[in-house]
Amino acid sequence: MDVLLPRTLEEALEMKAAKPEALPIAGGTDVMVELNFDLHRPEALIDICRLPELREWKRENGMIFLGAGVTYGRIMRELSELTPLTQASRTVGSPQIRNRGTVGGNLGTGSPAGDALPVLAAYDAEIELASANRARSVRWNEFHVGVKKTALEPDELILGARWRAVRGPGSFSKIGTRNAMVISVAGLCLVMDDDARAVRVALGSVGPTVLRASEAETFVAEELTRSGNWDDPGADLPVDAMGAFAERVAAAARPIDDVRGTAAYRRHACAVLARRALGWALAARREGVGRP
Amino acid sequence: MGDTRVRERTRGGIGEDVARIDGLPKSKGAFAYASDLWADGMLWGHTLRSPHPHARIRSIEISAAVASPGVHAVLTAEDVPGKKTYGLEFADQPVLAWDRVRYVGEPVAIVAAEHPELARRAAARIVVDYEVLPAVTDMKEALEPDAPKVMEFGNVLRHVRIVHGDPDADADVWVEGYYETGMQDQAPLGPEAGLAVPAEDGGIDVYVATQWLHVDRQQMAPCLGLPMEKVRVYLAGVGGAFGAREDVSMQIHASMLALHTGKPVKMSYGRAESFLGHVHRHPSRIWMRHGATRDGRLVNIRARLLLDGGAYASSSTAVTGNASTFACGPYEVPNALIEGTGVYTNNPPCGAMRGFGAVQACFAYEAQMDKLAAVLGIDPIELRLKNALSTGSVFPTGQVIDGTAPVREVIERCAAIPLPPEEPTGPATRDPITVPGGAQNVGHGEGLKRGVGFAAGYKNTAFSEGFDDSSEAWVRLSAGPAGPLVEIRSAAAEVGQGVYTILTQIARSELGVERVILDPSDTNIGSAGSSSASRQTMMSGGAVQLACGAVREALFERVRAREASSDPAGELRLEAGQVLESELPLGPIERFLDEPIEETRVFHHRPTEPIDERGQGAIHVSFAFAAERAVVEVDEDLGLVRVIQIAAAQDVGSALNPRSVEGQIEGGTAQGLGLALMEELQVVDGRIRNASFTDYLIPTILDMPPVVSVLVEEPEPGVPYGAKGVGELSTIVAGAAVAAALRNATGRELNRIPVKPDDLVGLAEPPTSSGPPAAPDVPGPRSVPEYFGLGAGQMEILANDADDA
Ligand SMILES: Cc1cc2nc3c(=O)[nH]c(=O)nc-3n(C[C@H](O)[C@H](O)[C@H](O)COP(=O)(O)OP(=O)(O)OC[C@H]3O[C@@H](n4cnc5c(N)ncnc54)[C@H](O)[C@@H]3O)c2cc1C
Repeated sequence: MDVLLPRTLEEALEMKAAKPEALPIAGGTDVMVELNFDLHRPEALIDICRLPELREWKRENGMIFLGAGVTYGRIMRELSELTPLTQASRTVGSPQIRNRGTVGGNLGTGSPAGDALPVLAAYDAEIELASANRARSVRWNEFHVGVKKTALEPDELILGARWRAVRGPGSFSKIGTRNAMVISVAGLCLVMDDDARAVRVALGSVGPTVLRASEAETFVAEELTRSGNWDDPGADLPVDAMGAFAERVAAAARPIDDVRGTAAYRRHACAVLARRALGWALAARREGVGRP
Repeated sequence: MGDTRVRERTRGGIGEDVARIDGLPKSKGAFAYASDLWADGMLWGHTLRSPHPHARIRSIEISAAVASPGVHAVLTAEDVPGKKTYGLEFADQPVLAWDRVRYVGEPVAIVAAEHPELARRAAARIVVDYEVLPAVTDMKEALEPDAPKVMEFGNVLRHVRIVHGDPDADADVWVEGYYETGMQDQAPLGPEAGLAVPAEDGGIDVYVATQWLHVDRQQMAPCLGLPMEKVRVYLAGVGGAFGAREDVSMQIHASMLALHTGKPVKMSYGRAESFLGHVHRHPSRIWMRHGATRDGRLVNIRARLLLDGGAYASSSTAVTGNASTFACGPYEVPNALIEGTGVYTNNPPCGAMRGFGAVQACFAYEAQMDKLAAVLGIDPIELRLKNALSTGSVFPTGQVIDGTAPVREVIERCAAIPLPPEEPTGPATRDPITVPGGAQNVGHGEGLKRGVGFAAGYKNTAFSEGFDDSSEAWVRLSAGPAGPLVEIRSAAAEVGQGVYTILTQIARSELGVERVILDPSDTNIGSAGSSSASRQTMMSGGAVQLACGAVREALFERVRAREASSDPAGELRLEAGQVLESELPLGPIERFLDEPIEETRVFHHRPTEPIDERGQGAIHVSFAFAAERAVVEVDEDLGLVRVIQIAAAQDVGSALNPRSVEGQIEGGTAQGLGLALMEELQVVDGRIRNASFTDYLIPTILDMPPVVSVLVEEPEPGVPYGAKGVGELSTIVAGAAVAAALRNATGRELNRIPVKPDDLVGLAEPPTSSGPPAAPDVPGPRSVPEYFGLGAGQMEILANDADDA
């Protein structure tokens, strides 16, 4: 098995064009598991973990770009103002995994249990892709098309994700049956977008891909309008509305029974997490701690 | 006369917190585990396993595998040189399956190749033609007359019936309960591994991570068709055991491949294979009725236990015996009827795991004690104290408990440990990592309920029911280059529990010499018995103590012979490298060591009796007791749990190394907590669905609370230093205490462990039962295979060994 070691993105894309079957390896925390278990025998690996272009993040024109090669550890250290993303990163594996694992790898694997994915969905992120002769970007939901299936072409690499910076609070929560180092049984990211007067909710591990609870989003945005909360964060949302929102979020889940949990519990957990996340967001707005 | 300096005490002896001799290399990553073994030119072995829970093997086609690159051998049952079966208690398990496979994961063929990958690929080219047969994968159905038969003689492995007092005695109040426990795995971090090296004499040298070198050899030699002395087993670095290494895994396979190819063969299981390659904790179903007087005295207990032994016997018969004899808990009860059945099914085989049957029983009887307390309106601790066993109490098998039995003390001292302070309530007032869900940010303090639960339990130290699991040790005292030196040889397996350190402590105390060398453990000395049953400190420690005593006597003879001036009535003693006479120094020990002194001794515990037709007999050697209190916090909306504190009090006899004892209490607690909250092999239709550390969850440091331990020291008469075994008790009580705390927090029944989030939020109904199965018809109280004359395993062979000697 060859291991290709490009020094720049350009070189990497050329190599990928010449050898589309070469499997990109970033942190290797998914790739090496597959190799060790003999589930996958790629002809070649292309090591992209040193490409400077993938290792950067930046803010420009009100947008945030997160390079595919940024690790969870760096997100926690350098991007702590992006609360949901930081919280999601903190839930990934152990410190060793967070020091190696990248958001690009999470996208590449495309597991519905990938913890960065609900955050990208709630940010409504575009996934930026490139090959030697073109660059394109696809919305998060067009990138993941099924369980571990992506829209990535064989000659493409993931450059990163880009989204409009959001003003407003948000959070990420994940259920697992132990208190650390656990694969998600259900995950939820809620982002309040004060400028768009929208609430976005994404669910992980309760469907073949990450799902958005669109009906619940519309419902709660209207309730917030009705109660005057968008203009006056002190205005309370009726208790029933919280419950109705939670129910709608749970209804958006399409969970299954598996070794990690039952469908019934997953749905139940989505409702609980939805209610809590909305409560935290409203409290944060009341206290004026919502950050861009 | 020697020097007259004021003597210090010998350092590093018993009673001290001596640092573990393997501690530093293990924490620095320098320790060589069995999976690190290497020999030049070695081959790698790989095992092809059954994909079916029950099937007939029509044919096995190996030619494609043989022709694969780098392959040196492909062996099947036909190639087993000697006896085709092995087993700890009965040789009912095929080395390689022929005719039938009885569980998913059963070895069918083995391959040796130049690279593990080549071996794996070659194994994938073996074509086995299976005719799938109906399987029985439910332990209760296994007892039904029309159930598929796992063994020709049926599915009953053992049925124990214990009749104590008058089982028809009536009581004022009765409580009833049904309980289930899941299949826990020992999950040792070091998977099964070893290296077999063919020797010039036609024999084999095997380096392996195991718990009992001699019982491995006793099973290996007949299968390899070799005399015992040509099979030499050496202990390789053990990465945890907990019972999983009591049975043979890759030992015979690697030896067969090595003998066949004439090359060293290494086998090293991966994580997934490890889950298939060792036995597990028996899943259980337990029905209990407790009768008591209105003022809370136990009058009568009825217990029915069913244990799923899986496809082969392993140590299931002993586990069934233990679960049954301990079914009443550490309480005085004048009348009882206990019936325990171990069954064969087409599930993965179950056998030894820390707690050995006492764990399942404790979960049930402690839930019953809490139920009884609630019905009677008596404080649960009070109820336990009222009924606590003490020295002189009669065990359900009629055995009088003649050793120490500080049951009241462990209960009272555990209950007296201060409770942790209440957490501040309300969102945003505490670190989110401290709420249930930990690092996952699922709550900021919402929906939390605290609960407190208590459990007491007990277990035997060493093997029971007439088994003489003796331990041998050799000790040599010589004048080393830097003063006197003790060398110890013992086959005791260090499995991470600290026995090596204890043996050196004993030698220091017995011989007053600080420099102690421990030789590697191997079969070139007599058996040390198993590193299991909480027995090694008592047994191998006892053997080292005896051997040191013999060395000391020989030394004193020399001293008396040479020191004409010495007072013949004066008492001799060894301390800090000196010989003392009537507390006055006579001289350094090495002055008398122009010739080294060596002695070998064997330690036997007192004999025990087999169980009779009515389940009676003095069957256990010594009893040890423990109590734990768990404080938990439950997120009632999400069904997630954080254990806040474990308070533990344990009857240890005497603590030879208090820090090590505390380590055992903490580690054992983690394993019990794991059973209560998360650890379960999910077996569906005979298949393990979560054979990985991704999905078989064991507690992380964020799941483990602080453990506050109290050691209750009342030396046990007739036992070396009065020290009781400490390895298992905390596992027995921790699961029961955590489950009780969850019941206390939620008010739910929670009659099955592991407790799942679904149980805690009420999405799942507690399991119910249509009632216990009828008692099966068995020829007697011993294991059923014995009555059918199935080739015996270790018992017969040990007896033969004794004849040879
Ligand atoms: C012990 C352990 C615990 C874990 N816990 C979690 C957890 O809690 N939550 C979670 O979400 N995940 C978890 N994972 C999975 C894994 O760590 C994550 O999915 C991580 O994000 C993968 O990143 P990586 O850089 O290591 O990816 P790699 O393994 O290097 O790659 C993963 C896949 O993405 C592709 N890829 C990577 N980068 C690119 C790119 N730039 N362009 C195109 N394709 C690319 C690769 O070809 C491969 O198919 C865990 C893994 C382990 C081993």
